[in-house]
Amino acid sequence: MQLPKSSKQFFSEAGAISRFTAWFFHEAFRPRYEWKEFGRQCYEIGYKSLPLIALTGFIMGLVLTMQLRPSMLEYGVEAKLPDIVSLSVVREIGPVITALIFAGKVGSGIGAELGSMKVTEQIDAMEVSGTNPYKYLVVTRVAATTLMLPVLVVLSDAISLYGGYLGVNIKAVTSWDLYMTQVYNTLQFSDVLPAIIKTFLFGFAVGMVGCYKGYHSKKGTEGVGRSANSAVVLSSVIIFIIDLIVVQVTDIFGFN
Amino acid sequence: MEQQLTYPNENVISIRGLKKYFGENKVLDGFDLDLGKKENLVVLGRSGSGKSVLIKCIIGLLAPDSGQIEVFGKDILSLDHQALDEMRIRIGFLFQSNALYDSMTVRENLEFPMRRHSIDLNEEDARQRIEEVLDNVGLSHTIDMMPSELSGGMMKRIALARTMILKPDIILYDEPTAGLDPVTGKEIITLIMDIRQKYNTAAIIISHDMKCVKATADKIILLQNGKNYKEGNYASFIGSDDPYVQQFFE
Repeated sequence: MQLPKSSKQFFSEAGAISRFTAWFFHEAFRPRYEWKEFGRQCYEIGYKSLPLIALTGFIMGLVLTMQLRPSMLEYGVEAKLPDIVSLSVVREIGPVITALIFAGKVGSGIGAELGSMKVTEQIDAMEVSGTNPYKYLVVTRVAATTLMLPVLVVLSDAISLYGGYLGVNIKAVTSWDLYMTQVYNTLQFSDVLPAIIKTFLFGFAVGMVGCYKGYHSKKGTEGVGRSANSAVVLSSVIIFIIDLIVVQVTDIFGFN
Repeated sequence: MEQQLTYPNENVISIRGLKKYFGENKVLDGFDLDLGKKENLVVLGRSGSGKSVLIKCIIGLLAPDSGQIEVFGKDILSLDHQALDEMRIRIGFLFQSNALYDSMTVRENLEFPMRRHSIDLNEEDARQRIEEVLDNVGLSHTIDMMPSELSGGMMKRIALARTMILKPDIILYDEPTAGLDPVTGKEIITLIMDIRQKYNTAAIIISHDMKCVKATADKIILLQNGKNYKEGNYASFIGSDDPYVQQFFE
């Protein structure tokens, strides 16, 4: 039996991404270590994403609270609004929405940058200059996305909870202390830990897919555009798949 | 310190039976080449005939399917990564697209190969060398500019300066005058000749530009179907009555 062409392409692409990922672990833990470039990438990827992540986090918390209020009122559990907002934000919405926005901003940027470097022979020039381009370009970016996304998610969650506080106060009056006490009483270690762990996986996926797409960009401006676009699409899909797997695994270990 | 050439004969590069296939496409199919010390060799051929593939095999960016490439008497294909990097210090490569790093200034572009190859130079010597190569290409004032602020001709000259920063013994030029106006093209040709004069470099030049071929070539090899079709000096090509050869010189 012969596989259809699209299936062959799928498995071929999956194999190529797997090899590319395996190469990361081969290169990441051997000298020479590119600390300076890694620091620069953390700044570019983490610090420069902060305003966007903060804004979306704030709106996310505010809108979620405003949307939930009518239903909560209907069931007479309006007082539980901080509990439900904090659980939703910290466990699911915060990590996933932040990761998707991160994929849109950072994943596409990495795909376009490396794609452009590939078609203008900058990657070849690096190799000729005694540099391992995979280590210099890919390892540093993937390490930076893996470490920066959890930080951004924590910040986004905090800002989102503040947005939720303002949302609660639009049609009622709740003190900051009371709101935060309810949030702290609701959130357990088992809510926070799996959520943080999955953000490392999201960050790794965004960086790896962006680098893979850029590194294998086809010639010409169309190829660069396609790399950037497919980096976002594929990493978004992978974020949902990782989320699904992590939920199943944490369920098995009794974290849900 | 001046680098000493240590190889058994006068050829700095010797290639025998080089084959490189991309699927069914036999790009190089038993190609031979000898490049002498201080010699300029032009490789001619139609687009897609494997000229760029040839020089990428020499510098180790592409692995040939079979054949032998000796540079300074050492088989490039048997070198480990570190030895290949050391060899690359002695081979400059001018990319067709210039390949300047967009995110770095001209100074950082020129520093990059020195820093990465761990060349033993103090800050002052490194600064002097950058100023020297920039002065050679007449672009000292661009040192703090970004590549995006430079014209096509300026980018080519900066790329040439970067190629020269490690003072290589061999330079591989991939279509050095492609996409440039005739005046700028002539300036690049003059620079190529000046570099040979000043640094005693040998060079392989990939070019379609007949002005460049005429001005720079000590020897020409015409490639067809991945093999050597004709070899000789400029006069022998001009005087050839072979219709395929004549197409290039019309």
